[in-house]
Amino acid sequence: MSGAIPDSLNEQLGHQLSQVVGFIYPNEVETQWAILIVVYPYLTGIVAGAFILASLVKVFNVVEVQPIYRLALLTALSFMLVAGMPLQLHLGHPERAYEIFFTPQPTSAMAMFGFVYLWYLLGILLIEIWFEYRHQLVLMARASRGVLKGIYGALSLFSKDVSPEALAFDHKASKLITIIGIPSAFLLHGYVGFIFGSVKANPWWGSVLMPIVFLMSAIVSGIAMVMFLYILLSLVRNEKLDMRCLDKIGLFLLVAIIVDFALEALDYIHRLYQSEESIGILTQLVSSKLFLSLIVVQLLLGMLLPLLILVLVRSVRLNDDFRRLLYFTTSLLILVGIFSMRWNVVIGGQLYSKSLRGLMAYKMEITGIESLLTALALLALPFIILTVLFRLLPPRWMESRSMATAN
Amino acid sequence: MNKRDFLKDAILFFPAAATLQALAPAAEGKAEPANVPADYDATKHWYGMGVDVDKCIGCNRCVEACKAENNVPTEPFFFRTWIERYQIHENGETKVECISTRAGLPEQAEPEDPTVVRTFFVPKLCNQCAHPPCVQVCPVGATFQTQDGVVLVDEKRCIGCRYCIQACPYGARYLNPRTKTADKCTFCYHRITEGLLPACVEVCPTQARIFGDLKGKADRLVRFHRVNQISVLKPDLNTEPKVLYAQLDGEVR
Repeated sequence: MSGAIPDSLNEQLGHQLSQVVGFIYPNEVETQWAILIVVYPYLTGIVAGAFILASLVKVFNVVEVQPIYRLALLTALSFMLVAGMPLQLHLGHPERAYEIFFTPQPTSAMAMFGFVYLWYLLGILLIEIWFEYRHQLVLMARASRGVLKGIYGALSLFSKDVSPEALAFDHKASKLITIIGIPSAFLLHGYVGFIFGSVKANPWWGSVLMPIVFLMSAIVSGIAMVMFLYILLSLVRNEKLDMRCLDKIGLFLLVAIIVDFALEALDYIHRLYQSEESIGILTQLVSSKLFLSLIVVQLLLGMLLPLLILVLVRSVRLNDDFRRLLYFTTSLLILVGIFSMRWNVVIGGQLYSKSLRGLMAYKMEITGIESLLTALALLALPFIILTVLFRLLPPRWMESRSMATAN
Repeated sequence: MNKRDFLKDAILFFPAAATLQALAPAAEGKAEPANVPADYDATKHWYGMGVDVDKCIGCNRCVEACKAENNVPTEPFFFRTWIERYQIHENGETKVECISTRAGLPEQAEPEDPTVVRTFFVPKLCNQCAHPPCVQVCPVGATFQTQDGVVLVDEKRCIGCRYCIQACPYGARYLNPRTKTADKCTFCYHRITEGLLPACVEVCPTQARIFGDLKGKADRLVRFHRVNQISVLKPDLNTEPKVLYAQLDGEVR
């Protein structure tokens, strides 16, 4: 039981205590959920959003978006594989994390999230990708030698059948999984919103709109991420983009932002109009501690400016290169804006006292487990995984092969 | 089934059954308090605490006793109980301060402020809610309510996710930096099950804290409840606190 408290923690808490404004409960000096818990809903949101964009192709037959179908799926998988890591790392006892699966508390939103996460990863995403790539994997296993042949053989689960019936079945199966996948993706990120929205002790979080606001912002961030990657890849490979596809993604992005904006606006209007006990401290919070991250970055730069640009692109005739530049800028702005939104929810909810009488501070550590460096590493990891996946499962291998045989 | 098959099945069955048997208590998801005397019957009690706000003189001895008794880190960021001082000014403004985070006693008495019309102290601690949000959110059932109504944390099971700290409306929980698990007031469970009083109640020089059993007919707490006008903190959240305040000002949250 005994043992000294680490100096770094003492120093951090001492600094945060010196920044307190007004009165707070003494146990509130420490920021319980820090930067890693900001990263977690950010990553999960991109997964859900990218998957929903991909499902447009399969379920709603939006043919224009076909070129990014595989990109969107692999993006979802790359971010999904990392999404659980910030949670794991922030635990006081990471070695006991398995308890969530073995002895879950049915009334706990967090415990149930573990199952939602696993269901989505194992029940939806991996199976969908497997059916999508099975044909290619069989052919790749045939075409390659040595270790690679083994790897592709194993990835295709040693299936060999590429008869038209088998391929038709793949197609049907992947469509079915996508249909189940859409509500699952909604569930995945809606649930993340519920983890916060169900905390009645915290009026900044405890809102019935939270799951749906999280979901819409997830869709926005997922579409923006796929758009960003699509443009980036074309630049890296020095290839021409399919502008029809990009314009279509831009349209979906515009619609998603409008819905997201409407929901968030509704949340704020509702709070202001109802003007409950917490309104005084929350107004103070937004106008001081969150002004830059909420009003400037999240709202103006991350939402209104992209909205303006997307409307402009649709209403004025612009050449392809300029449109591409605008889309690229928009996607980046949105990705920063949504990160800011996660920050404002997670950290913002811990910057005011539950006594409603004071404001706290959060000093982010640069190194260590719960730190800026870890957060940056976790944000970079999906891109590394995506690069590996691209090498392993080239999204356009089939096309290039059929072209090669045609030549 | 022949003899050979039966034996084969039996060889598999018994170790499997024994393993399941061993896992069963863990899988049930309910922890039981450790170190309770064998003759203690939790079903016969329903503990609570009364706080007579008018009697508290803000001496902070309860806080010191609690930290010593329960090995709470001495740093001013971790408290199982603490004292708040309220000053109500002429213009209706309220100034609140936590006197338990002060390092030592002030050298001089503070000069009297003529605009202060009323001042009082409020001891705070875990409200041992009958309807505890912390228990509801714990993903692994590490925090639980005993049959006598005390909310405890099993530090061998807690994974340190801090969800319960977020869910507590009263700021009564903290993450113990030594055990890396959630921690809070236990009503000194190790003492009350032995028939002793919680440390804070024991040392209070003015008897501002009254510990008792709401199931007991002639209990001091039951009498306290009967003769005083009682309030609880944040009643609108429906947590049903069992820390009952007498003479509590509406300013206190």
